[in-house]
Amino acid sequence: MSERMKPALLFGPLVLFLCLAYFVPFLGVMQWSVTLPEPGVGQYVKAVSDPLIISVFIRTFRICLIVTILSIAAAYCIAYIWVRGTPMQRLAMEICILIPFWISILTRAFGWVALLTNRGLINTWLQQIGIISEPLTLVRNEFGVVLGMTHFLIPFAVFPIASAMRSLDERVLMAARGMGATRLRTFWAIFVPMTLPGVLGAGIIVFVFALGFFITPAILGGGRSVMIAELIYLRLFQSPDWGLGAAMSVILMLIVAGLLALMMRYARPKSMLR
Amino acid sequence: MGKRQGAAELTAVGIGKTFGDFHALRDISLTIGSGEFLTLLGPSGSGKSTFLMILAGFEEATSGTLKKDGVDITRVPAEKRAFGMVFQGYALFPHMTVEQNIAFPLQVQGRAPGEIKILVDDMIDRVGLRGHEKKRPAGLSGGQQQRVALARALVFEPAVLLLDEPFSALDKNLRVSMQEEVRRLHQELGTTFVFVTHDQSEALALSTRIGIFNHGHLQQLDTPKQVYERPANRFVAEFLGDVNILPLSEAQATGHGGEAVFEGRPIRLIAPGEAVTKQFAIRPEHMVLSEKAPDDGNMLQAEIEGVTYLGSETRFALKTLGGTPIVLQMPTREVSAGFEPGRMVWAGWPATQGFFVGS
Repeated sequence: MSERMKPALLFGPLVLFLCLAYFVPFLGVMQWSVTLPEPGVGQYVKAVSDPLIISVFIRTFRICLIVTILSIAAAYCIAYIWVRGTPMQRLAMEICILIPFWISILTRAFGWVALLTNRGLINTWLQQIGIISEPLTLVRNEFGVVLGMTHFLIPFAVFPIASAMRSLDERVLMAARGMGATRLRTFWAIFVPMTLPGVLGAGIIVFVFALGFFITPAILGGGRSVMIAELIYLRLFQSPDWGLGAAMSVILMLIVAGLLALMMRYARPKSMLR
Repeated sequence: MGKRQGAAELTAVGIGKTFGDFHALRDISLTIGSGEFLTLLGPSGSGKSTFLMILAGFEEATSGTLKKDGVDITRVPAEKRAFGMVFQGYALFPHMTVEQNIAFPLQVQGRAPGEIKILVDDMIDRVGLRGHEKKRPAGLSGGQQQRVALARALVFEPAVLLLDEPFSALDKNLRVSMQEEVRRLHQELGTTFVFVTHDQSEALALSTRIGIFNHGHLQQLDTPKQVYERPANRFVAEFLGDVNILPLSEAQATGHGGEAVFEGRPIRLIAPGEAVTKQFAIRPEHMVLSEKAPDDGNMLQAEIEGVTYLGSETRFALKTLGGTPIVLQMPTREVSAGFEPGRMVWAGWPATQGFFVGS
């Protein structure tokens, strides 16, 4: 075997696996979308004209946007302390980032339900200390979905942001301070713009991830705040409308592909500096 | 923009710095005169960069005091000192254009936009960056980035400019032209420059005075000529360039220098105030090779062991009759055709050259 073929041996199995497990089935889904129940693009027309589907798409985008902004804001603070804090603060942040990773998404969703329901910990506590008289509706609505998703996605935003913060040359910050810039000014004029590529990358990762969320909105939305993945599931498994579900999947897939292309183009750290 | 008014004098008294058990600096006391070009020279880990960081205010001294024009600034943070600083690797703001980089310190000071534009424009001309104003640092060559760093550090007319190995990333030709540029800026602006380097020739070429550091101690602080020709100790002598060390069998002080004996030959040094030791040092380029014994001055007979052609200079490896290896370097145009390996020759030098060193 020639030297040139050796790398192929290393990544070949992965490519093969992705083809068999993702690409071939996806071709099947594409086929359904234009053949079921009859050949043609009728299901796509329906997917972009049905008011219910459009409203679910809009809700999905709204929730994902809010979740992305909240996750990024929280992740920026966490990453900052993780990268630039004292050794004790760093350890604390590492624990906060890693422990949620070890708990299943399902457990976490039900954990939030236990906290947020009318007779859950938060409402009981707030009523006991007399801040509210009636329980607040914290779950089975968009609020619960946003909270649960944000909680899940923060760590995924922390890593790219922390990596951008780590690769920043300390001397650049010293240079700004040496010229008389206060810490606050150095942070806003130098630190934030220089870590922006990491923020954009994290934003797209979180947004794309959030678009496909299924379990968390299903549990914390309680059927009242349906997102697109849940709607696709309902079309495929509860109403035998495979063609429409497949068409919606393909549309979602295209949106995700477009966003990833955008990330490749603009969110690479170096593209900012050119 | 003429000579600037604000050049400051810095005085360090007993500055020490420890990192845990490690003494980075011990008891450094020196005065950097207003408008001076002082170079801190030493091998890596000698403490020179730590001292510069203490001057800049990025590190706090463990002991001692630092004064600017007589005012104690030991505990004043870097942002309040506002000295200009050129970092190793330049530390430009990558998300800003050349213009924005240079304007930043002025904006921090809250200058009027009109004034900022005039000062930035002037600085861009001074460092020869006209035509590159709108580029980002990543689009510039190493030398151009260096110029931006200089412009940015000088535009707000700091009382002191600190330079931390600014040329270490540049190739030799560019380094020499940047040295010229820095020297010209220093003369034009009259600001106090403190320059850190481990490059001896750079230090000798640029400075009004050189402070030589080793193991956290200031070994010597003097003019380039003095540190090169009258080094305070063997470390300074060897760090600043090649030096031949001749062990002496006898040595005594005379009123105006010293007299000694090396391998049975007399050596005389005329240097008032020189402390006489048992070792005599002479730099390779201070000796001249000749076929016959010179009429006067000091001389040694030796055999040529090797010849290295260096372009304008030629270097000879010699061995004295007593077996001591000696290196001699002289202009190539003065080299006679017969100076080849195996030949017995004379190495001579005037009584005003050389120095005694401790062991």
